[in-house]
Amino acid sequence: MLKQIEGSRAVAEAVALCRPEVICAYPISPQTHIVEGLGEMVKSGALARCEFINVESEFAAMSVAIGAAAAGARAYTATASQGLLFMAEAVFNASGLGLPIVMTVANRAIGAPINIWNDHTDAMSQRDCGWIQLFAEDNQEALDLHIQAFRLGEELSLPVMVCMDGFILTHAYERVDVPTQEQVDAWLPPFEPRQVLDPADPVSIGAMVGPEAFMEVRYLAHAKQMRALELIPAWAEEFRRAFGRETGGLLHTYRTEDADTVVVALGSVLGTIKDTVDEMRRDGVKIGVLGITCFRPWPHAAVRAALAHAGRVVVIEKSLAVGLGGIVSSNVRTSFTGSPDAVHPVIAGLGGRSITRAALARVFAAAIAGNLEPLTFLDLDRGLVERALAREREQRRSGPIAEGMLRDVGVVAARIE
Amino acid sequence: MFQVRIHGRGGQGVVTAAEMLSVAAFLEGRHAQAFPSFGSERTGAPVVAFCRIDDREIRLREPVREPDALIIQDPTLLHQVDVFGGLTRDGYVLINTSRTFEALGVGEFARSLRAERLCTVPATELALQHTGRPVPNAALLGGFAAVSGRISVDSVAAAIRDKFKGEVAEGNVAAARAAFEHVRSELREASHAQAD
Repeated sequence: MLKQIEGSRAVAEAVALCRPEVICAYPISPQTHIVEGLGEMVKSGALARCEFINVESEFAAMSVAIGAAAAGARAYTATASQGLLFMAEAVFNASGLGLPIVMTVANRAIGAPINIWNDHTDAMSQRDCGWIQLFAEDNQEALDLHIQAFRLGEELSLPVMVCMDGFILTHAYERVDVPTQEQVDAWLPPFEPRQVLDPADPVSIGAMVGPEAFMEVRYLAHAKQMRALELIPAWAEEFRRAFGRETGGLLHTYRTEDADTVVVALGSVLGTIKDTVDEMRRDGVKIGVLGITCFRPWPHAAVRAALAHAGRVVVIEKSLAVGLGGIVSSNVRTSFTGSPDAVHPVIAGLGGRSITRAALARVFAAAIAGNLEPLTFLDLDRGLVERALAREREQRRSGPIAEGMLRDVGVVAARIE
Repeated sequence: MFQVRIHGRGGQGVVTAAEMLSVAAFLEGRHAQAFPSFGSERTGAPVVAFCRIDDREIRLREPVREPDALIIQDPTLLHQVDVFGGLTRDGYVLINTSRTFEALGVGEFARSLRAERLCTVPATELALQHTGRPVPNAALLGGFAAVSGRISVDSVAAAIRDKFKGEVAEGNVAAARAAFEHVRSELREASHAQAD
């Protein structure tokens, strides 16, 4: 059924259609509306046979999800930003134990300086935690990925993180097609756990493993993620047949057939990139887009094939590996057969900085003209940086950087856009 | 694509207005995208929300910098925030006030735009009268339907009922219809004045 609803509401409805049995969460912007919606559905009885557990922290949220999944329940939680960091130890445990929890991460920057706006630093900080990581381009894909995530996670006995851009998607009203309960029931079988804490058939979960088998357990975790690389595209095709939509999968290409330049990105910025690419195509520029839906496991072969004919690659990434540069571009380079120097990392949109068509068109044109630095920061205010550096040169006690910059900008609070 | 930017203050239902406008467009079979300028969710602080309407899927996620229409929920923002920034020359402007553009101190700017696309409506008074609360967002959407012709007042009413229930919904629908009539008669008077 077509609905015009908030992204968070769309995800809440999708999760409810998957018949979760335990939902636990701790509120943090911009994830809050999702679990508020689910909480209301549990309370009203619209979501039956589901326990909503208010927990005292994100660490507790993931711990409860682990316990619920270990007891054989379909478990769901959601978080963002500092909340994801606070639960990090349990996040690794969930994947290490092989428990198929589904978690929404409403992507948000990590402090300090504290910032509630969108970027991908939170999800990227957990990229090696053993979870499958899927990134939604729009709210329809966010909705669909949750349905796919439960099936994928339960089949492989691995947890799945569905990442959607905080505010940009979570707080956006747009058209989504919400499937019926019958459709979801037909596509998503009941949870058949590989391991379960059952008093009638006691086992223990979470053994200490020494050097004799630890590598082998880790190897199996990797092998399972490699298997996901086969299941994800196969199930995306099955999903398309059942629901009539091409969402999910490992990646999406757009106008790449004859493209000399391919722009790579994750998440909602792909829409703005596609509009920019359409404008440049009208001017005869051979440029296309590669959207990565599945970031973990890294779809090496699919990325390699998609970039096989590209002369240069521009990676728009909403996170910064401080001291290195781009995270996504580092991954792209491993799959690009051309020169690593032809992969251009562009750090963009950190802490909610708007990514505009105008700025994208400028950076794509610069890449084509061969004028990009080895590492580009989109729309960086160099004057502001220079003033902060000058303060540090001029005085030993130059003071806190963030506060100094806000004084230079002339605002006490942060900018609106 | 038709792009609307709504300016107001925290507590005036700016974000809800953009959402309801998107629902109204959706009900007319259009694609629509509503989103707030995030973060400053404090009562009284300047707030901006956006709504895009199109006949095809909307992929663009940047803020609306060149709006086709402005709804200004609080005229005290006129000299505090660059509310007119990027407005297209053919743009529509609807301000919540009972004063004229001249009296608000924006007469000169208004003369650079098309007169028949500039309107005012005392939306806060209409909201108080019909809902008992000074929240002008729904009434302004009724006025916007009249000045822009981009959406029907019936769709606005349906969107209000989608967002609210019972008395609150009906009060806001009444306020929206009153604002619609107010702006329509304002436009009629203006065109008669021109004909004279």
